[in-house]
Amino acid sequence: MAEVASSSVLNVLEGPRAKWKYLDNILGREGPFTDPEWEPGQPVFEGLERAKVLVIGAGGLGCEILKNLALSGFKDIHVIDMDTIDISNLNRQFLFRHADVGKYKAEVAAKFVEKRVKGVKITPYCGRIQDKDDEYYMQFAMIVCGLDSIEARRWINATLVGLVDEENPDSMKPLIDGGTEGFKGQARVIFPTMTSCIECQLDMHAPRAAVPLCTLATIPRQPQHCIEWAHIIAWEEERKDITLDTDDPEHITWLYQKALKRAEEFSIPGVTYSMTQGVVKNIIPAIASTNAIVAASCCNEAFKIATNANPFLGFPETENYMMYTGDESIYTYTFEHQKKPDCPVCNPNALARPLHVDGNSTLQDFLDGLAERPESQLKKPAIRTEAKSLYYQFPPSLEEQTRPNLSKKLNELVESGEEVAITDPAFPLQFKYKLIFK
Amino acid sequence: MADLPPPVQGPTAKEKKYDRQLRLWGTTGQAALENSHILLINSGPGVVGLETLKNLVLPGIGNFTIQDSAVVSEADLGVNFFLEEEHLGGFRAERTCALLKELNPDVQGNFITEPIEPFLNKPNALDPYTLVIVAAPIQPALLMKLSAHADASLIPIFYVHSVGFYSHFSIHLPPTFPIVDTHPDPETISDLRLLKPWKELLDFATEKTNGLDTMDHEDHGHVPYIALLLHFLEEWKKGHDGQVPQNYKEKTAFRDIVSKAARTNNAEGGEENFDEAVAAVLKSLNPPEPAGSVRDIFKTKECLALSAESASFWVIAHAIRLFYTKYGVLPLPGSVPDMKARSADYIQLQNVYKSKARKDLAEVVESVRFLERSLKRSTPIEEKDVEAFCKNAAHIKLVRGRPFHVVQASESLKWGDRAKSIAQTLAFPDSLIPLYIAFLAWDEYVATHAKDALGGVPKVPGETDVETDTEKVTGVAIKFLNDLVKEAAAHIEEDELYIIKAQTGEFAQELVRAGGAELHNISALTGGLVSQEVIKVITEQYVPVDNTCIFDGVKSRSAVIRV
Ligand SMILES: [Zn+2]
Repeated sequence: MAEVASSSVLNVLEGPRAKWKYLDNILGREGPFTDPEWEPGQPVFEGLERAKVLVIGAGGLGCEILKNLALSGFKDIHVIDMDTIDISNLNRQFLFRHADVGKYKAEVAAKFVEKRVKGVKITPYCGRIQDKDDEYYMQFAMIVCGLDSIEARRWINATLVGLVDEENPDSMKPLIDGGTEGFKGQARVIFPTMTSCIECQLDMHAPRAAVPLCTLATIPRQPQHCIEWAHIIAWEEERKDITLDTDDPEHITWLYQKALKRAEEFSIPGVTYSMTQGVVKNIIPAIASTNAIVAASCCNEAFKIATNANPFLGFPETENYMMYTGDESIYTYTFEHQKKPDCPVCNPNALARPLHVDGNSTLQDFLDGLAERPESQLKKPAIRTEAKSLYYQFPPSLEEQTRPNLSKKLNELVESGEEVAITDPAFPLQFKYKLIFK
Repeated sequence: MADLPPPVQGPTAKEKKYDRQLRLWGTTGQAALENSHILLINSGPGVVGLETLKNLVLPGIGNFTIQDSAVVSEADLGVNFFLEEEHLGGFRAERTCALLKELNPDVQGNFITEPIEPFLNKPNALDPYTLVIVAAPIQPALLMKLSAHADASLIPIFYVHSVGFYSHFSIHLPPTFPIVDTHPDPETISDLRLLKPWKELLDFATEKTNGLDTMDHEDHGHVPYIALLLHFLEEWKKGHDGQVPQNYKEKTAFRDIVSKAARTNNAEGGEENFDEAVAAVLKSLNPPEPAGSVRDIFKTKECLALSAESASFWVIAHAIRLFYTKYGVLPLPGSVPDMKARSADYIQLQNVYKSKARKDLAEVVESVRFLERSLKRSTPIEEKDVEAFCKNAAHIKLVRGRPFHVVQASESLKWGDRAKSIAQTLAFPDSLIPLYIAFLAWDEYVATHAKDALGGVPKVPGETDVETDTEKVTGVAIKFLNDLVKEAAAHIEEDELYIIKAQTGEFAQELVRAGGAELHNISALTGGLVSQEVIKVITEQYVPVDNTCIFDGVKSRSAVIRV
C-alpha cells in the first residue's frame, strides 16, 4: 500500500497538482491513525474538490474560514453574510481594506479569496440565512459557521436537524461551528440528530444577567447602569420619534452625555464614550489571533471530515467540542458534549421539561424570565397550553386578544403540573415545559 | 433642538480601527506593540511564520522584517495565502512582505533575501529587532546562535514547527520576566477584607445596620451585603470568644444565621441583598493571604537584593514585601463588586475601600521613594506604575525564561532539572510529551541530513523515502525517550513504557508522513497561538506560555510543558 501511495504522489508532482504538493503528501499517504480501509490518492483529491461547502458569516471567523478552506483544496464554496464592512472590522477581518468600508462582506471576501487562490469558486449571498429554504441547504456537503449571534446558530441548527431523513444519508449535513470572545473561543462539530446539537449545548453560553429595571430607574451604582438608563429609559422619554442607530455618532454622543450627567448626579465615576459604545452595542472584544485559532480548528475538522485523512471530532460517542482559553497561558479542553435527552430540537419526542415557578408571578414575569434562562433564551415567545392560547405576539389581533393575560398570575391561567408549549419566531421549533408551582 | 448637548470629541480613526483590541490591552499595550520590531526567520513551506505575522500586522505592530532566501515555487501557491501566481520565481520574502503590508498601512515591513547563515554571521545583524520568530527547519548551529543572542540581549525568541497535523513552539524569554497586568478573571479579584476590617469599614457597617430589626422593608432590603456580613460577624464573635468562623462547618452555620435573618414576609418573598450575603460567605470569609506564587516572588534574590540597576518591578515588589511583612496583608486593591444597595450607600462604601487603597498606596510609594534614594537611582518610578502594582499585587506573575532544546547531531539530549517532572507525566493518558520528543527527533534528522554540500536548505524527513525516514525518526525518538527515563531515574512499568514507545512511534510516523509539508489549517491555528503569545510578551500583559506548547491536530488537543 505504502508503495502505491508514494508513487501516486510522485506522479502528481509534475502535473496539474504541483500546486498541491504539500497537501498531497498527506492525502497520498496513509498514516498511523487513518482507517485501514482508507485509500489515499486520486479518489480523495476528487472527493475534496467535489464537496460543496457553505460558510455562514464573513466576519472575523468567516474571513479566516474562507482562506483556510480554499487552501485546504475545497473548490466550491458558498458564503452567506448580511453585513456590510465597518472600520472597526479592519483590525482582524483581513480580506477587507479601508476602501471597502460600507460594501457587503460576503461579496468582498469572496472576490478577494477567488483572486488570491486560483481555481476556487466562491459564491456569495448577501442576506439572511433565514431567506434560504431546505432545498438550498440540501445542496451542501457540510456547513461551517463563524457567527456572533446565538439566534442564527440556533436557527441553522434546527434547520439542519429538520433536514435529516433517515432514508437518505446525504441529508445529514455536518455542522462545524466556531465562536470567539476576546482570548477565548470554541470549535465544535455536530452531526445533526446523531450527536449533541447547538440547542443541547445552549447552557454552555448562558446570557449575562440583565440589570433589573428598578436599579436603572432609581438606584444606579455603576457607570454601566447610567448608560443603560440613558439607552433604555431616557431615549424613550426624550427622543421617542427618532429610531436609535447605535452606529450614528450623534446618537452615541447623546447617550454618553445623558449617562454622564446622571452619573454626576449620583457621584458615580467612570462613564466614558468608549464604555457607552460598548454597553449600547454590546461590543465583544475581538482579535485576529483568537479568530485564527478557532477558524483553523473548524477548518481542520472540515478537512478531515471531507478527506478522512485522519479521525475528526464529532464521530458519535467521541469528542465533539474543543474549548479554548488563551489569556493565562494556553489551555484547551476537548471533550464529548452529550446529547440532551430532553432537547427540543434533536429529540422531537422529548418530554416536557419540568420547570418550578411561582404561581403568584405574572405571565409577563414568566416570559421575561425565558429570555434569561440559559436553556431557552427566547426573546419573543408565544405560549399556549393544550387547551388555550395564553399569549401570542402575532398576528396583531391575537396579540390584542391575549394581551390581558400578561398581567394575570400564572395560577389563574394554568394548573400546577400543566404542560405549556412555547414558540418563538426566531426558531423553527417549540419548547415544552411542565409548570410546577413552588 | 435647543437642548442638544455640546459635541464631544469622538474616537479618533485609529481608536475606531483598533476598538475591539483596545478593550483588551488598552493604550499602553497598543503603544508597546507599535514600538516593536519583529524579525521572522522563515523556512520550509514558510506558512506558519507568515500567518503569525498576519495576526500581528492587523493589530498594528510597528515593524516587521522577513528573512527568507527561498524563491516562490508552484507548491507555495497551494498553501500560502500571501503569494500570487505572478510571483512565481520571485523572492518569497519580498512578495510575502508586500502582501502582508497591504493589511495595515500603519505597519512598516522589510525583507531580507540573503541566506540565513551569512545574514546571521554579520556583526550586529539582530540588533534592530525586539523579538525574533524562527520557523523550523533550521540548522542547529544557527539556532544555537539565536539562542545565545536571546541570552545575551534578553530578546525573546520563538521557535516554531508546523508539520502536517502537528505543531509546536517554544519561547525563550529572559530569565526574569515579571508581569503586573495579568488580567485575572474578574470573579477572582475581589478582596473585601471581611476578616480584617479596618475602622472606617466597621463604622460603615455599624451605621448601615443600626436598628436592622426595626427597619422598614425598603431599608432592610437595601443594606449592602458587605455591611450585613460584617454585622453578623460581630454578632457571631460575641458567642465565639471573639473568633470569626474558622472552618467549613462553622462557615455553613454562620451562613444559616445570615440566611434566617432575611425577611420573607415582604412583597418579593425574599431579599436580594441577603441572597448576595449568603452566596458570599464561603467565598469571602477567608483570611486575605496572598498566593504562594506571590510570596515566592518576595523571596527571590532580585526582590531581596536591590541595586541601582534593578528593574522598577523589583523596587516596587520590595516595597510591597515590606508592606506585607509589616501588616500581614497586601495593599488593598480597592475595588468593590456591584451589589444590591441604594446609590448613595454604595458610593459611600466604594469610597471607604478607595480611601483605604489610596492610604496603602501612599505608604508603598513612600517606601519606593526611600529605596530610590538609598539606591541612588536617577529616574523616579512613576506613581501610576506603583498604583497598578498595588491594585494587582495578588495576581502578579514571574516567568523564569530559559533556553529551549536545540538538538545537535549525535549529541544526547539533556532535560536537567525538568527531567523528573516531565518523565512523571509521560505515562498520563493523552500526554503530548511523546509528540514533543518526536519533534526533537525530527530536528535530529534535520541536523544530520544536509540537503546540499553548502548546508543551505535543510532536508526534512519523509520528502521522498517515507519508510526509511520513519524508521530513522522513530529510532531517534525512542532513544530520546529512553535517555529521558534514565536521566530522571524514573520508574515506569514495562507495559506502560511499551505503550509510551508505541505512541511515540505513531507520532513520529505521522510527522514523517507529512514530508515537511505544512497544512494550511494547522499553520493558521499555530500562527494564531504564536501571535497571541507574541502580543502577551510585547505588551507584558496576560500570562504567556512557559515555555513550550504542542498542538495535536489529529485529536484537536494541546498541552503546555516547561522544558
Ligand atoms: Zn439537541
